[in-house]
Amino acid sequence: MDKTVADLADAIAVVEDGATVMIGGFGGAGAPIELIHALIDRFRATGSPGRLTVINNNAGNGRIGIAAMIDEGMVAKMVCSFPRSSDPRAFTEKYLAGEIELELVPQGTLAERIRAGGAGIPAFYTPTSYGTELAAGKPVAEFEGRSYVQERWLKADVALIKAELADRHGNLTYRKAARNFSPLMAMAARTTVVQAHAIVEPGAIDPEQVVTPGIFVDRVVEVGDAAQEEALIRQEYA
Amino acid sequence: MKLTNAQIAWRAAQDIEDGAYVNLGIGFPEMVAQFQPSGRAAIFHTENGILNFGEAPAAGDEDWDLINAGKKAVTLKPGAAFFHHADSFAMVRGGHLDVAILGAYEVAETGDLANWSTGPKGVPAVGGAMDLVHGAKRVAVITDHVTKDGKPKLVKRCSLPLTGVGCVTRIYTSLAVIDIVNSRFVLREKLPTLSLDELQALTGAELLVEGEIINLNVPEI
Repeated sequence: MDKTVADLADAIAVVEDGATVMIGGFGGAGAPIELIHALIDRFRATGSPGRLTVINNNAGNGRIGIAAMIDEGMVAKMVCSFPRSSDPRAFTEKYLAGEIELELVPQGTLAERIRAGGAGIPAFYTPTSYGTELAAGKPVAEFEGRSYVQERWLKADVALIKAELADRHGNLTYRKAARNFSPLMAMAARTTVVQAHAIVEPGAIDPEQVVTPGIFVDRVVEVGDAAQEEALIRQEYA
Repeated sequence: MKLTNAQIAWRAAQDIEDGAYVNLGIGFPEMVAQFQPSGRAAIFHTENGILNFGEAPAAGDEDWDLINAGKKAVTLKPGAAFFHHADSFAMVRGGHLDVAILGAYEVAETGDLANWSTGPKGVPAVGGAMDLVHGAKRVAVITDHVTKDGKPKLVKRCSLPLTGVGCVTRIYTSLAVIDIVNSRFVLREKLPTLSLDELQALTGAELLVEGEIINLNVPEI
């Protein structure tokens, strides 16, 4: 078994027009910048993939990563908890112009909806958002005297995530807080595409250290000198 | 006379026990970590997946894969742990945190909190606010007692979009410490320079008094 692919262009070739794409990362930590920019390069060259629904905690920062996808006009809808950042212009301009749709989801609900999507659980109840405008139209039920809101699973066609180590079977480790949503997204997407700092032989990652088992991973590409989104943005504004 | 933000944070920190698991909201509540009484060490949780993070690194030493929910660089203390977002919010909603300390636009006497939206203008953003108000054993608010225009922030019913219903248990303000008991404000401490009538005039719902009102004494910081 070997899930490695030759290059970034090959890795992201599975993303089609109109796809729902989960993108790992919280702020800059875990953002798969090289996979995102390979997608943007393909869009610039071919006009595809467009009309994407992108699922991430945020909606981009500065003029790189998800913000650059939005600037290019590739994104029809964002599903996120916090579409603000130190420089949220890309999303804000499109949103206020009515050119991008927003589904705002509380952060923990977003994580659990993705986990549920990956775990085959179509809906669940959570106390989060009960009695608020974000619960409008959702079924409510009482359990042990408290009220809970029904939320539905989130699934995707493709997940783009960044790992520290990957082996050829797709077993993954992450670096520090760059883990965030990625193990959940890897479960919830039909095809999970990973950029890893290094690809190693099966057995080189101690099974006790595997965070995402390879069953959730489909394509792995090595990006040894990956950019860190936050560091790039800080350089740009320094 | 009123307490500064640092003094409000100091007062809130005095109620955090040694070994408590604590989430501090982004911004002003983060200051609480600076004022832990000596001999006590709380374990701080951040939504993006760290337990037992420490203060900011020196400028130039930042690792941008090691950040808190406010996307500021942090450090790790011995015994820290990383985890993914579903585990992180299981800690929040599952009743595993001892204390969450949050900011507020408005708090109602019913314990309702409004702290995420000032209305329909602009781009809405909620983050983890609606999750954090559920599950922690104590959900406390730190806030100025009144708005910049002098209007009460402690009210009978919130006028702004709610973050959660009946969730706040204690409020530390620039003038007083107030508990929410049976959907009423119960005054526990107030600045000694302020009369009860003066405090009531700055509060949008009735303040109940049960027993002695303690003087809110906070050191100069």
